[in-house]
Amino acid sequence: MQPLRTLTSVALPWPAVNCDTDQIIPARYLQKPRADNFGHYLFADLRFNGNGNEIDTFLLNRPPFRHARIIVTGRNFGCGSSREHAVWALYDYGFRAVVAPSLGDIFANNCLKNGLVPVLLPEPVVHDLLDRIARDPDLELGIDLLAERIRLPDGTEHAFPIDPFAKECLVNGVDELGYTLSRADAITAFEQRHGMA
Amino acid sequence: MTGPNGLPATIFDKIWMNHLIESREDGQDLIYIDRHYIHDVTAPAFELLRQRSLAPRSPHLIFGTPDHYVPTHSREMTAINHPERRAMIDALMSDAASAGITVFPLGDRRQGIVHVVGPEQGLSLPGATIVCADSHTSTHGALGALAFGIGATEVGHVLATQSLWQKKPLNMRIRVEGQLPEGITAKDLILAVIAQIGVAGARGHAVEYAGPGIEALSMESRLTLCNMTIEAGGRVGFIAPDDTTFDYLAGRPYAPKGAEWDAAVAAWRELRSDPDAVFDREVTIDANVLAPMVTWGTTPEDALPITGVVPDPSTLADPEQRAAMAKSLAYMGLEPGTRLDGIAVDRVFIGSCTNGRIEDLRLAAHIVAGRQVASGVSAWVVPGSGLVKAQAEAEGLDRIFLKAGFEWRHPGCSMCLATNGDAVAPGERCASTSNRNFVGRQGPGARTHLMNPAMAAAAAVTGRLTDVRRLVEGH
Ligand code: SF4
Repeated sequence: MQPLRTLTSVALPWPAVNCDTDQIIPARYLQKPRADNFGHYLFADLRFNGNGNEIDTFLLNRPPFRHARIIVTGRNFGCGSSREHAVWALYDYGFRAVVAPSLGDIFANNCLKNGLVPVLLPEPVVHDLLDRIARDPDLELGIDLLAERIRLPDGTEHAFPIDPFAKECLVNGVDELGYTLSRADAITAFEQRHGMA
Repeated sequence: MTGPNGLPATIFDKIWMNHLIESREDGQDLIYIDRHYIHDVTAPAFELLRQRSLAPRSPHLIFGTPDHYVPTHSREMTAINHPERRAMIDALMSDAASAGITVFPLGDRRQGIVHVVGPEQGLSLPGATIVCADSHTSTHGALGALAFGIGATEVGHVLATQSLWQKKPLNMRIRVEGQLPEGITAKDLILAVIAQIGVAGARGHAVEYAGPGIEALSMESRLTLCNMTIEAGGRVGFIAPDDTTFDYLAGRPYAPKGAEWDAAVAAWRELRSDPDAVFDREVTIDANVLAPMVTWGTTPEDALPITGVVPDPSTLADPEQRAAMAKSLAYMGLEPGTRLDGIAVDRVFIGSCTNGRIEDLRLAAHIVAGRQVASGVSAWVVPGSGLVKAQAEAEGLDRIFLKAGFEWRHPGCSMCLATNGDAVAPGERCASTSNRNFVGRQGPGARTHLMNPAMAAAAAVTGRLTDVRRLVEGH
């Protein structure tokens, strides 16, 4: 997971509502070793036909979206299966931020642990972004994680909420395990209080 | 028992407080984990651990069994002709062996789907915190536990620290008034709940199921109900422990014994939401009016009574919703207005962590007895565990299914998500007792209709989605 402070990129518009993690990465790729580039499996059944060739109507297969690092999507993105592979697929492909009105609970946690920034914005704002991208596919969105803001070229800005600890981890490219290991005494004390140790 | 500061508290608040190690300034709580289940998709988490030269902190609290990649036509590892799938099971076995973790391996009668095995072994207990790298971990809430699915990085965190940082979800209560009519199951109830509140209806909430309609449910029905909480977006779903819970747990291999058991039951009886506890959200369902439910679309909220018809997108005002429904119907190969009762199926799958327990197989066998699988239909029963399979065989259920033309398979996840190769072919329509009808879930292009086990049995013998009540005497 790479540190991230700011990011400017075109955005893949994916207006689907309730897009489940089975769509983001089909279950048959769960057996692949993490060393694989999971980006190859992202949206596999939507992106490739049965012969493994790209389906050219799928937006990710088209310029400029092929190089998008931000996805703008509908409510409850990443619902369903807990597979972290869904986040790995987005991350390995090159995505660093998901802009949505809401995310599946487990998916949201998985994002934070892998350097994928959840940018939660009110639904009308997300719809407006989708409209703007539809009019101008080359539109570049700027995400400033430190300032907790998303910026458009015309100067429009939207603040987004992000948990301070998660932000710290994303900005520095670290996960929280190191921190918890430093709290081992508190865990041991809990076990002793509850007669577990 | 009340919550902190003597304020009224929910069961969820109480279990959470009992497991709180410390809180962080940002509102995240470090929660102690009592029980951690692992299976054959947990390999990436062990890999993360190795990369950091860490080992599991409390191996005695971890239990595992292979389920997602096991073959269901054989119990031999050599029957898995796919090296990557075999590697997933091998990884579970070697990761567990090197850490001293108990695993119920392939060929052991206790092996099965992890969410069937945990309760069956008495490992899932009231008041406990339980996690597993699987969203259907909510199942174990049926025992009055706080159980939820986590991702691979979180699994690594729990392995290394036996704890997890979480933001405490809000409290939600789903009250079920009345009683389920004869022949209506927990599966119909949860499909009706999801149809009412939507697939994101419980997002961010821990769901307590309560009311007379819940108290009357058997433990197995409660497991079915809590299992599908995640299909309403809730990670946690649970039921206050009561005599049904204690009767189910008594004498199970890992449940407390003797004086410890008595003390445990006394403590578990206290696990109730205080009468004046406040829920952030309340939903009420009338059980009396429920009918057998089937899904017609590609999310679990796309469910209707079997007496209904395929909905018509043109009646929807919102263009986004209209487009989504049209897409879903195109995938499912269904025309608006078609009666659900009568839609021809190619496959029937009875199994999964939702409906792969003995009660489910009895319900299905009851419908199948004396009938034949319709010609052209391929129908499978995949018991949820080796013990469920053995019990069914002791009761002669296997013979009923086999005589009717069903396949009687070995336990595992199987066609619920098709990762072991048991897949529904593209374009085929499957009546399934599993929990997800997502696009491609049972195999690329597969069309899934979710329903209860008796309904799936009815579909098998008629070759069509069928109101099972017609096949039962007295209706
Ligand atoms: S039976 Fe299906 S839902 Fe249950 S654990 Fe297995 S794959 Fe997941």
